[in-house]
Amino acid sequence: MTADVRLTDTAFDPAALLSAFTGRFGSAGGVVSFLGQVRGGDGVEALELRHYAPLTLPGMEALAATALGRWSLEGLLVLHRHGVMRPGDPIVLVAAAARHRRDAFAATDFVMDHLKSDSWFWKREKTAQGWRWIEPRSEDFADRARW
Amino acid sequence: MAKLVFLGRLEDRAGCAELAVTPGPLADVLASLDPALALDLLGERVRWALNGKLVGESEAMVLAEGDELAFLPPVSGG
Repeated sequence: MTADVRLTDTAFDPAALLSAFTGRFGSAGGVVSFLGQVRGGDGVEALELRHYAPLTLPGMEALAATALGRWSLEGLLVLHRHGVMRPGDPIVLVAAAARHRRDAFAATDFVMDHLKSDSWFWKREKTAQGWRWIEPRSEDFADRARW
Repeated sequence: MAKLVFLGRLEDRAGCAELAVTPGPLADVLASLDPALALDLLGERVRWALNGKLVGESEAMVLAEGDELAFLPPVSGG
């Protein structure tokens, strides 16, 4: 089993992707998914995610392989956007299909914690004051340390 | 030529995403930059990747023709 890992600079439709993913894994007893989207409010007008091509997708693939080795999964989808997005736009979609739900919950949580703190993305946001780079939060490292 | 790549906030510090530099000892390359930028590139939270692979941060490195050295500040994704 290999994971479906994608890095894209175009908008994606989470419902359609999830429907296609679920359709591929009829033998799974459960599918857990996480959708991250650009948070509204706080005066944020836009968010930009940058990546570094030689490292970012290979790093996501290695992360997915680790999750596959650690939990019993039927399927795993990891999709991350880069580029400029607006509040409400989808950023990241992770879905895990498993015979039993605990594996799917844990694998999805694990992948998200590592995408936040351990993957090669740099984020900046635009407000009325202009663009500002976002530093990692200490909570993100604490989340990763759970694993 | 060799190439330096600046990611995240380092791009703002450098004023560009990429910079063509004369190959040779990295210490010489860094000495040719704005001292404040060079200091940032040597910061302990900045990781380096040479030709797409993470490497130890060493000023003793020598850049060859065609090399790409990327400077990677702390990430913030997801």
